[in-house]
Amino acid sequence: MDFLNSIILLTNFIIVPGITYGSQLALGAIGVTLIYGVLRFANFAYGDLMAFGTMIVILVTWFLQSKGITFGLLPTALLALPVGILLTIAVSLFFDKTVFEYYRNKKSDPVTFIVVSLGIMFVLNAVVRIIIGPNDINFMDGHKFIMKAREFKQMTGLNEGLALKSTQVITLITTIITCSILFYFLNKTKTGKSMRAYSNNEDLALLSGIDPKKIVLLTWIIVSILATVAGTLYGLDKSFKPFTYFNNLLPIFAATIVGGIGNPLGAFYGGFLIAFSEIGLTYAYKKFFKYIMPEGLEPSTLIQFISTDYKFAISFAILIVVLIFRPNGIFKGKVI
Amino acid sequence: MIKNSDFKICFSVMTILTILVGLFQSWGIALSMLNLCLISAVMAMGVNIQWGFAGLINFGVMGFLAIGGLATVLISVPPVPEAWSAGGIGILISGLFLLAIVFSVLLINKKIPNHKYKNYFIFVIIILSIPLLKFIAGPSISKIESINAATSGFLGGANLPIIFSWFVGAILCALVAFVVGKVCLGLRSDYLAISTLLVSGIIITIVKHEEWLSRGVKNVIGLKRPVPYEVDLQNSEWFIKLVEFLNSSKLSNVLDFDERTSLLNELVISSSGVFVKLCFSLIFLAVVFIILYFSEKALNSPWGRMMRAIRDNEEAAKAMGKNVVKQHLFIFMLGSAIIGFAGAMLVTYDGLFTPSSYQPLRYTFLIWVMVLLGGTGNNYGAILGGFVVWFIWIQSAPFALLVINIFTNHLDETNYIKEHLVNSVPYFRYLMMGLGLLLVMRYRPKGLLPEKIIKN
Repeated sequence: MDFLNSIILLTNFIIVPGITYGSQLALGAIGVTLIYGVLRFANFAYGDLMAFGTMIVILVTWFLQSKGITFGLLPTALLALPVGILLTIAVSLFFDKTVFEYYRNKKSDPVTFIVVSLGIMFVLNAVVRIIIGPNDINFMDGHKFIMKAREFKQMTGLNEGLALKSTQVITLITTIITCSILFYFLNKTKTGKSMRAYSNNEDLALLSGIDPKKIVLLTWIIVSILATVAGTLYGLDKSFKPFTYFNNLLPIFAATIVGGIGNPLGAFYGGFLIAFSEIGLTYAYKKFFKYIMPEGLEPSTLIQFISTDYKFAISFAILIVVLIFRPNGIFKGKVI
Repeated sequence: MIKNSDFKICFSVMTILTILVGLFQSWGIALSMLNLCLISAVMAMGVNIQWGFAGLINFGVMGFLAIGGLATVLISVPPVPEAWSAGGIGILISGLFLLAIVFSVLLINKKIPNHKYKNYFIFVIIILSIPLLKFIAGPSISKIESINAATSGFLGGANLPIIFSWFVGAILCALVAFVVGKVCLGLRSDYLAISTLLVSGIIITIVKHEEWLSRGVKNVIGLKRPVPYEVDLQNSEWFIKLVEFLNSSKLSNVLDFDERTSLLNELVISSSGVFVKLCFSLIFLAVVFIILYFSEKALNSPWGRMMRAIRDNEEAAKAMGKNVVKQHLFIFMLGSAIIGFAGAMLVTYDGLFTPSSYQPLRYTFLIWVMVLLGGTGNNYGAILGGFVVWFIWIQSAPFALLVINIFTNHLDETNYIKEHLVNSVPYFRYLMMGLGLLLVMRYRPKGLLPEKIIKN
């Protein structure tokens, strides 16, 4: 019984939140890695692109709610998602046409790209804050819990409860669907293969008759879809605040580099690695050891590796360790 | 230096902007803008040394500014004896423990020949030392933080004049930059950008959450000043005489004695604020000139030429026998030290240290916009960028309000859109920054005052 309790405890406080947060990071990291692989620069405006997409989703959600349309048990935001994706694609393509294309044709160095992406970051930051304001917005509606901790306790007779929020399940399912489609597209379809070829060797891809304009267009479309989906899922699970989205760029970058920059599968694993180490290393294992240790040997301290204040710092530290020991990332980067 | 045309452009822009604000708004606002412009100029010069001279991307500006700010607390605040007696020993022991770990790691790295598992071994030592360190320091930290938690709850500082902290901040930053540089400088440009950004995130987290050191989110207020306080000025004989002398024509118009005294009182109060800011301006101006002088000297010296050579063609410089790694590390430390100096100046000017206010947008990317807009590789460009960008940053809210009012003039005061726009006026500054950066990068990629290559 104690053993079961300890397992449930870990599931409730580490595994479920870890999977949710990991999926959100993974979706974001795949986006960053695709931009890096195909367009060859680190996009600092990505966090704000996520915020922009989520903002559109929220606005459409409000509109739908005011018309009395809801999605039943599911959050209305899922209905609004397609509109958000379309507008985010439009914004991405607009910035690509007005800004990035010029530097791409000039074959500028990566630093110039980073700098102009900073400019876009400022602009998007302003646009989001002007339109929706800097405050915390909670736009989750529909059924909140699939299983409450109390219900679980009653059902199983265990001491520890297992709460399962519907957003957590939605996040997981959406991530599985998005990633399977994406990896199928990249690995099996002809367009996906040409995208990988372009990322691997630009000149050779051009020689084989691959249209670079089409590849760039496609990349922005995929990236915008990922950004909006990841942003919306994060917002549903926690809440929407422009500043948080900007800050999330940092763990996303960490996940990207840890997984090997330019490698989508690596970014996927990187997201989960970062999420689980952030949550696992800041969790206090006192109660867990209470269950599994024999009586009299229970720990007196919290058994916490580092305090929760350092949650973000952990992902940064992991990144630095990876950069020192395996600069190409855990999974070799630079090929999609 | 004075004959240089860039010098003239740069400082005449600064004078004109200050005078304009002084005439149209008020002299107090003008001077505080000037002071922050000067501080920004120092920050921009620091970044310019790294990016403009050597081509190193440092997105960790925020972290170094925070270290400079921390130095003001550690130097100028009086020590808290109770806290020292309660937990000082524990902190010192854990400090020694930390040093021991660092030295043992360095020793292992140097003495043990390269082995497959050496790196993993070092990694395990570092990982194990963190909980151990927490175990050793934990009790004393909680003791220190529990002493007068509302007013102090930290160890305090050295109770020295705050000017010292500027130099200490610079030295601290150089030391941190040494460590960061050792780890990160070998990376390619974009990796370097990301990793320095993340390192600055770690630094901010530490400053924010180690309350025994910095009071963390509880902030440190009422820091010392290198200039007199307004209250002291208002009570000193010579200052009142000075104000009376400066405003003699205004005062002589008023015949009634009581009215005259009350007018004089008002003038003394308002001019004491201006006087304090003016003192700050003079100190900051001196700092800007000193750093500018040495920076220009360095840029035009053989060393500066070597740095440019390394920046423009690293391989060739290596082939000529220049130690690129060492020079990169040195210039990274130098630039970070100047940034730290500016960070300490900023906190001194504000009079308070608020770790939670350090955000990358304001303290890293804005400084970068200054350098890129002003002109990379040109010290005058960095100063000009500091001025112009800070001016836009401050003035864009009133400007946006003006534009909104013109365009929504026909709308009702209670119109939803108008109200919403007026409420979001502060965020137009981000828009201006972004558009400014994009336009400059497109049409003047070298900045407003481009680098001048002197051909010998």
